[in-house]
Amino acid sequence: MSELLLDIQHERLSFFTPAGEVKALNDVSFAMQQGDVLGIVGESGSGKSVTAYSLMGLTAYPGRLIGGTLHFNGHEVEKMSEKEFRKMRGNEVSIIFQDPMTSLNPVYTIGNQIAEVVQLHTDKNRKEAYARARELLELVGINEPDRRLKQYPHELSGGMRQRVMIAIALACEPKLLIADEPTTALDVTIQAQILELMMELRKKLGMSIIMITHDLGVVASMCEKIAVMYAGRIVEYGTTDEIFYEPRHEYTRGLINSIPKLNAEEKERLVPIEGTPVDMLNPPAGCPFAPRCPKCMKICLREMPPKTELSETHYTHCWLEQKQQFEAASGKEAAAE
Amino acid sequence: MSEQNILVEAQHLQQYFPAGGFGKRKKYVQAVDDVSFAIRRGETLGLVGESGCGKTTTGRSLLRLYEPTDGRILYDGEVIFDSGKLPDSKGRVAVDMLPYRRKMQIVFQDPYASLDPRMTVGDIVGEAIDIHKLAENETDRHDRIIHLLDLVGLNSEHANRYPHEFSGGQRQRVGIARALAVHPEFIVCDEPVSALDVSIQAQVVNMFEDLQANLGLTYLFIAHDLSVVKHISSRIGVMYLGKLVELADSYELIGHSVHPYTRSLISAIPVADPKTARASQRIVLQGDVPSPLDPPSGCRFRTRCPYATEQCAAECPEFREVSPGHWAACHNLDAVK
Repeated sequence: MSELLLDIQHERLSFFTPAGEVKALNDVSFAMQQGDVLGIVGESGSGKSVTAYSLMGLTAYPGRLIGGTLHFNGHEVEKMSEKEFRKMRGNEVSIIFQDPMTSLNPVYTIGNQIAEVVQLHTDKNRKEAYARARELLELVGINEPDRRLKQYPHELSGGMRQRVMIAIALACEPKLLIADEPTTALDVTIQAQILELMMELRKKLGMSIIMITHDLGVVASMCEKIAVMYAGRIVEYGTTDEIFYEPRHEYTRGLINSIPKLNAEEKERLVPIEGTPVDMLNPPAGCPFAPRCPKCMKICLREMPPKTELSETHYTHCWLEQKQQFEAASGKEAAAE
Repeated sequence: MSEQNILVEAQHLQQYFPAGGFGKRKKYVQAVDDVSFAIRRGETLGLVGESGCGKTTTGRSLLRLYEPTDGRILYDGEVIFDSGKLPDSKGRVAVDMLPYRRKMQIVFQDPYASLDPRMTVGDIVGEAIDIHKLAENETDRHDRIIHLLDLVGLNSEHANRYPHEFSGGQRQRVGIARALAVHPEFIVCDEPVSALDVSIQAQVVNMFEDLQANLGLTYLFIAHDLSVVKHISSRIGVMYLGKLVELADSYELIGHSVHPYTRSLISAIPVADPKTARASQRIVLQGDVPSPLDPPSGCRFRTRCPYATEQCAAECPEFREVSPGHWAACHNLDAVK
């Protein structure tokens, strides 16, 4: 459990578009142990997918990594060539995309698409690869695997296709599975099936999962640690309990308050986050959340807040916390004198 | 159901869409089948269900954007559609809808697709004013547009801009302003917040509530997200494969649902509270929703229902009142309890 699997430090990544530089990731740092389940939450455009994609070398032109180090399972990802990436993708780390309708190839059978991965990364022959594909379909709970192997993606329902995607992702028993909004396109009852399957497989295979989603409900039930992203930065990071019960960043608080509670006894008004998401082409100086923050101070508009450690597992980037910690420290000093 | 304050009523509404085949083999998508409900003046009726269950079709048929294949629709006591096939009706009635379009409006799901990209926001909102000849002169028209934009939290400067210049949340506000342009009494809100980010979703939901309080509107609120629907609605109807399976006050429905489908739907929703999420036991439904081209005989839910008996396959359960104001369609209510 305690083996370090992934260590990202100060990652900076930009997309150089005709309209200007979009700083998609700005000083992103986090680490994962073997077996961890990390949730990355944030609104669209907050950089949650880019973080995961950069790990797999999927942020091609006009995206460019401009700083930081990414260590994964003994690789120095920031220095890897496309050839090395090809070896690693699907083998040590794989990904499930949001839309199962478009991420399978419509002109190949399901069996063909699963066997392809197996043949690419192992020295199994075609027959053995198909046998493995059948095994995988059983693993992800698809009935009649022999028949399904010969079917094409359009013959399957959305939930079924997502199961096939999971089978492909797990073909080589990766150490890390990245799930990029795996259930957003699915209905709630199907979503429940897929989430249950993912947790079951994690127990069985012992892999780590990065769960990227905008749905706080999904992370609450699945993840142990959560990173909250806003405008290309991790604004708060902590264990699931810390994020939900002791949120310290105003954005995290806003997110939690803005979702209607199903079990609320009385009708209470939602507390939305005012304003609109940042324009990533012209991000504000200082804290990106400052223009929408109800507790914004002068310094927030000028300078980016540094990291404030709240506990061993919990940190946030907010001037308010920085100020409180400073006051607490100086208070202690005064008492000591 | 024959109370004085009923604004809109659907009786045995049926909407089949032809889907290929000839003569006896002609096939129909049974999108909505025998759905009856009434909406009281000033209330919000929520309609939930998975994709393809017919909730959007119900909303559109109610406005006669589709011509229903059977049933009757009443607005404020007056028949606006009657197929003539019901036992107590005298003949086919289909009245001129133009005067009713002023009273019944719709807000569409996708704010990116429902606004004409080549019209300015002012013209989009103004079009409805022109069609119904509500403005006395050009100044009056302009004032009305500005007033409407102001009502939904936009300002006069926005009137000359085009839809692509707005964010998702702002576009949805334009869609709402357009619906309000003719001073309607009744608005069908077809998944108005599904395409929006969580923080923006809360802003729009609050606006819907404010508008209802200030203008005395009646809503049919369609969404697949039960937590949002529960928050905004006074009563909720649950649909499955073209049928209304349960209808009750929102607190009653969430707390004391009787239909097995509603129960699994509620338990499948990921709760954004880690402690509750860990403690709760999910009822995970097996399988997928059957095709509406060829729905199961009898009760349409029986193929996935854990309580299904032979009776369920033989006859369709009647939609009946199980306790005052609480309607459900199920043969085995006692077993479910």
